[in-house]
Amino acid sequence: MSGKYKQVAYYPGCALEGTGHAYNRSTKELGKALGLDVVELENWNCCGAMEVKNVDPKLQTYLSARNLSIAEGMGFDTVMAPCNGCYHNLKKAEYDLANDPASREVTERLSRKAGHKTYEAGKVETIHALDWIKGAVGEEGLKARVKNSLKGLKVANYYGCMYTRPRHIFPEKDKGPGSESTSKPHFMDDLLAAAGAENVDYPLKTACCGGAHTLSDSDTSTKLVLNLLTTAEACGADVIATECPTCHTGLEMHQVRAEKVFGRKTTVKILYFTQLLGMALGLSARKVGVHENFSDSSDLLRARRLG
Amino acid sequence: MPIHEKSLIRPENLVTHEHLEIDGVDVSGHWSTFITSRAVTDYNEQMQEEIAALPGGEFIHRCWQCGSCTNACTVNAINPDFNPRYWIYLIRMGFEDELLRDKDIVWQCVSCNKCTYACPRDVNPEGVMKATAHWLELKGHTEKKPSTVFDEAFSEQVFATGKIEDGRVLRQFFARTGQSLMQDWLVALVRGLVSRLPVGLMMKLGLATLFRPRTHGWGAASAAIEEYVEECEAVARKALRLDVQGAE
Repeated sequence: MSGKYKQVAYYPGCALEGTGHAYNRSTKELGKALGLDVVELENWNCCGAMEVKNVDPKLQTYLSARNLSIAEGMGFDTVMAPCNGCYHNLKKAEYDLANDPASREVTERLSRKAGHKTYEAGKVETIHALDWIKGAVGEEGLKARVKNSLKGLKVANYYGCMYTRPRHIFPEKDKGPGSESTSKPHFMDDLLAAAGAENVDYPLKTACCGGAHTLSDSDTSTKLVLNLLTTAEACGADVIATECPTCHTGLEMHQVRAEKVFGRKTTVKILYFTQLLGMALGLSARKVGVHENFSDSSDLLRARRLG
Repeated sequence: MPIHEKSLIRPENLVTHEHLEIDGVDVSGHWSTFITSRAVTDYNEQMQEEIAALPGGEFIHRCWQCGSCTNACTVNAINPDFNPRYWIYLIRMGFEDELLRDKDIVWQCVSCNKCTYACPRDVNPEGVMKATAHWLELKGHTEKKPSTVFDEAFSEQVFATGKIEDGRVLRQFFARTGQSLMQDWLVALVRGLVSRLPVGLMMKLGLATLFRPRTHGWGAASAAIEEYVEECEAVARKALRLDVQGAE
């Protein structure tokens, strides 16, 4: 299925300009190394995240729709969002605009007042960074380009909630062989395996990190994250690969918090899948922003001669 | 995982009399423990309609109590009292007093959407949890919970500038909830990062707090959003008959 998505509109979202900076950097560097063109959406806005959805879901639909209309205006039919939250929200907007007249009406009204074109469902396809690499390069393409194999690196692939749930907003998933699964996602596993990694059988791929309450209900988040970390360690993983800035930062923050507040120390490392793939392609750790992560993975990378 | 059930017979409903005789029969002691009547007379017949009027609660009427939501629930796994199926039952029956027993934990839904994924009736239980948490706050049963404080701090920034700067959200949230930024885990986290970060990026992150990221030409969108939010609030207040109650 490789060969698609050679040039896509890129929607980084707010987190990738702040705490998820390393994900932004590694995604762009990975694209560059693979000869893929990403063009950032001009003057984008927040997708609405979980927080605006909690105020009013239709407002979140409007905010996401504005970004889709920008992509359309720039002449793109595909927008790639590496953040699970952004990806989920653009998908949800797409679904709601196609199926819910009330959402359409609010989006139409707000777009008119804000002075831009109203986005209509079906014009732009939203994809995740995983779909992007898988579709544009694929496993075989990656294998051919690997310079520094992840051989022997044991990876727990963690996808979180927003990449697969609720399933009705992802009509392209669960379509049999080749498609992504909402109950047992495997795109990240496939890509990292192509780069040489040894994926462990991680049962909590789509468990929740408590990202919604990272700060507002820290104890709940710490408990959930600690479960993810200790399970990854029990599975023998050296590193948890992530594909969402909220999950990633949540795992890093609550790994520290679990140690400071609950006295539970874990040593499994946390890296974005784009960082792992980038290093497998021969990029330096610095180039893929490993030093910008909150958690320190330098000893693992040294031991494995990565980056 | 089994469906967790709650016992409706609570310790405070069990009554044992030391000396009690009824119609000449001695019913004292442990073997004659009484259970106080659970007859409910004060149904809140509006509760389901009110929660259905709030965003997320629209499809609560579809529920047929299969329990898939509670069975799938992330929070239920760490706190068995967190029971979406049971709360939906209470709301639909109008058992307000029973719901209020759990008023301080409803907001803890982490929105993982496992319930919504599992629900065979498209109730959108995640939305119902949000609507219920908002209902409890709007009705004055609880104070504004931390999640609402966070949502507001976050949304205000989006409405005003089109984007958020996550450091600002964090600082505002801690300030509004009266917490110190100097939590030792947060300090340890930042200290670790700073020791590895190059100066250039630190400058960049520092500048982001001074010059907030914003979407250009956001003014018209901002005004339209503020107007819409006000409308939504008015609709919610009317549905919950808050202005009528306020006059009492």
